[in-house]
Amino acid sequence: MKQSISQIKNSLKKKSISVEELHDEFFKKAKLNSNNAYNLITDKAQNKSLIDESQKRYDNSNSLPLDGIPLGIKDLFCTKGVRTTASSKILSNFIPNYESFVTQQLLNDGSIFIGKNNCDEFAMGSSNETSHFGPVINPWKNKNEPNNNLVPGGSSGGSAAAVAEGSCVASMGTDTGGSIRQPASLCGIVGLKPTFGSCSRWGIVAFASSLDQAGPLTNCVEDAAHILNSINKYDFNDSTSSNHKRDDYVKDLNKKFEKKIKIGIPSDYLKDVSQDILNQIENAKKVLSQHDIEFIDVEFTTTEYALSTYYILAPAEASSNLARYDGIRYGVREKGENLDDIYLNSRTKGFGDEVTRRILIGAYVLSAGYYDAYYRQAQKVRRLIKNDFERILKDVDFILTPTTPNEAFKIGDKLDPISMYKNDIYTVPTSLAGLPGVSIPSGLSSNGLPLGIQFIGNYFQEKKLLQLAALAEKELAFNE
Amino acid sequence: MSNNWEMVIGLEVHAQLKTSSKLFSSSPNQFGSEPNENVNFIDSGMPGMLPVLNFACIEKAIKTGFALNFTINKYSVFERKNYFYPDLPQGYQISQFEFPILTEGFINIDNGQDQKKIRIERAHLEQDAGKSIHDIDPKYSFIDLNRVGTPLLEIVSYPDLTSADEVVNYMSSLRQILMYIDVCDGNMQEGSLRADVNLSIRKPGGDLGTRCEIKNLNSFKFIRQAIEFEFQRQIGVLESGGQIEQNTMLFDTNTGETRAMRSKEFSHDYRYFPDPDLLPVNITQEQIDNIQPTLGELPNQKLDRYISELKIEKDISKIIISEKENTEVFEQMVNDTEVPPKLIASWLVGDIFAFVKENNLDVSSLMKKTKVIVELLKLVSDDVISNKVGKEILPKVLKGEGSPSEIVKKMGLEQVSDSSELEKIINESLQDEEDNIAKFQGGSDRVLGYFVGKCLKATKGKGNPKLINKLLLEKLQK
Repeated sequence: MKQSISQIKNSLKKKSISVEELHDEFFKKAKLNSNNAYNLITDKAQNKSLIDESQKRYDNSNSLPLDGIPLGIKDLFCTKGVRTTASSKILSNFIPNYESFVTQQLLNDGSIFIGKNNCDEFAMGSSNETSHFGPVINPWKNKNEPNNNLVPGGSSGGSAAAVAEGSCVASMGTDTGGSIRQPASLCGIVGLKPTFGSCSRWGIVAFASSLDQAGPLTNCVEDAAHILNSINKYDFNDSTSSNHKRDDYVKDLNKKFEKKIKIGIPSDYLKDVSQDILNQIENAKKVLSQHDIEFIDVEFTTTEYALSTYYILAPAEASSNLARYDGIRYGVREKGENLDDIYLNSRTKGFGDEVTRRILIGAYVLSAGYYDAYYRQAQKVRRLIKNDFERILKDVDFILTPTTPNEAFKIGDKLDPISMYKNDIYTVPTSLAGLPGVSIPSGLSSNGLPLGIQFIGNYFQEKKLLQLAALAEKELAFNE
Repeated sequence: MSNNWEMVIGLEVHAQLKTSSKLFSSSPNQFGSEPNENVNFIDSGMPGMLPVLNFACIEKAIKTGFALNFTINKYSVFERKNYFYPDLPQGYQISQFEFPILTEGFINIDNGQDQKKIRIERAHLEQDAGKSIHDIDPKYSFIDLNRVGTPLLEIVSYPDLTSADEVVNYMSSLRQILMYIDVCDGNMQEGSLRADVNLSIRKPGGDLGTRCEIKNLNSFKFIRQAIEFEFQRQIGVLESGGQIEQNTMLFDTNTGETRAMRSKEFSHDYRYFPDPDLLPVNITQEQIDNIQPTLGELPNQKLDRYISELKIEKDISKIIISEKENTEVFEQMVNDTEVPPKLIASWLVGDIFAFVKENNLDVSSLMKKTKVIVELLKLVSDDVISNKVGKEILPKVLKGEGSPSEIVKKMGLEQVSDSSELEKIINESLQDEEDNIAKFQGGSDRVLGYFVGKCLKATKGKGNPKLINKLLLEKLQK
């Protein structure tokens, strides 16, 4: 049984383990990189002073909230002096001279970064197979086909696999259409996507700016609350950062709800799903009903449009966000006869197929003559999807859905992009609405693979959302 | 041949805003620094960097809105204009497109005798790009990103202009206003103010022709040359049976000719869309109201006041208000003294400006000299020295060779206004002039001038001419 952040901190306080011993334990495991969950593992020498300072704080009994905790960081967060690639060839030599807002908060709170987690290239993918550094292997195996390597999900696949394999205590991911929740689900861990505007995007390599949101992948809900306390802060330098008062998410995490809670289950999400998936929802319903929680059937009217809306808007933003990778100022530059050649060669060789596909889709939906039919229309539908959620969240406090329509699949199994995109069918609508969602492991499939359920809360209601998730986690007892 | 054709011109003027930092980053907004000195991570388009709107730019836009009679939109949106170029690090320019901050304005320009109203379609905020330098090295191009992100206000007129004169007139009026309200420093040489000229030709009363856009003109001279050349070029094409292609043109400052840069077929598809890194700009009525009082007096308001209140001739007033710094010098002098504004004005646009020009100085350098100038003018208006002597010692005063009264004393140039002394001189000069005295008494006024001159000569120019005149008349009329 893995230890939680609180448990580890207690051991450190009691001196039953030193910060260095703790670091070495995770570092050794990470160093093996047996599941290819890391693009880079920080040299111990580089972390030595941080380890010593952390130990000093424990010795002086003034430890910080995440003091000495080894974390994995998705290779999409810019880390000062540490190579940041977004798992792309085009950034394979890029070393930022600045630290992202979110990782800076984690450093301020005393945590130590074990390494940079592999991910889908520019966070585009649902299986971590689009990475320039090769696929990540899910630590879980199908008990009926134990020799096959499975995907960890994506795009934060390395972050999810790293936590699941136990090479870091927790990790940071980013979620644009499900990139935290889906891999968390496939790897049997907790993944939280906060409300858009909670955690600053400053210093995170942008995929789709109106959707990208940083969040933790952890072994348990309480760990997610600890990380959220650190990263959920207003940042002047991100114009979409919300300037509201933040809660303490750890405090009262296990407190009972004061009044009766209503949870909506969208019946339209459960059409055509496997018995394994249905069982997860039924089981959650059963165990939570004992706690004065009422379940109500709700129905969305926009679900069928969510994926196509997402796959217009996200590529449109990406096509523009990725324009800066031109080989001129940084990153990999290919030779060319003239300027256009340099652009063409650098970008053709620098980007993988999925990224190229999305740039082309994005440029197409924004181009003259197609803008109104695609981009503008998709913006309108996005508004309707948001309205749909707001309508339902007037009647219920939370929404319960499966996190994914399936368990982890074999590496190389889903070559066709559309069937890959469908993996995010339950997470994309929440992202489009900007709402917070948390995935917790709920049970095993008939193949012995983890499955997850997703709770969706109202805007900036992460505290209540985590309270519910903590309750469900306790009742479902997945970790025991 | 041009008699049969008329030109129709619309202008896109890019004004760099006078702010301390850039539109979306905290880098200094200043000209003349070392290459790539004013560049931070946002300007250089590093991964994960985000723009933060500098509200000072919104304030400048609102000011412009008042000065150019615009509708000031409380809701405006920054969009991305996507294209690739090495001096555009983000791969897109942040600009306003569908929802600009200012719409439907106008200014009146002086068109000889009467005024002409030039309508302005819109003005929007956008980022400037950097500079690519291709002529330093035979093999490499160089990129200077200092200008990246400099705030620009693009002011787009309707095609209401019909001659090079009108265009220059409109552009200089805009420049004047923007400098008055402290929105732009107006320095065209440094590129603070540049224009794209859209020109088409037609027969009077006919339909609008196909237009060509001449890019990036940064002097009145070039604007005039480019328009004249392009006008004749289009006439040449049409009269020889050809058709005008909708082209983007470059003006070659060496040859004075325009040439096609790219045709519409190869024009960019900029794929505008709202920038998801920025929220729409929502400004309140209160914010707008707070800015109006900071506007100050506009050029035409000043002109009216100079003429009606200060009683200064229209032509002289126009010269003074043509540059804001002229008015600053002038008004500081008016405030410093009881010397009549009219006298100050005529000296300023006359000998003082001539001195500034001869010595290659800035008008603003006079701000430190207004005290001594008015001291000098006081001596003139009090008849301590003559106008002529004043003009003679002005250069010494401006060069700081002493205070006016010291110089006058040292050189012994005080005007002789002592009646008895002057009477003595008059008596002397009337001796042996019986013929001329008779002429005067016979009605010839010209003789008076002759006598005044003779007396002045006798005083070595120091005699008070008014007094001499008066005393002479008294004497002669006896």
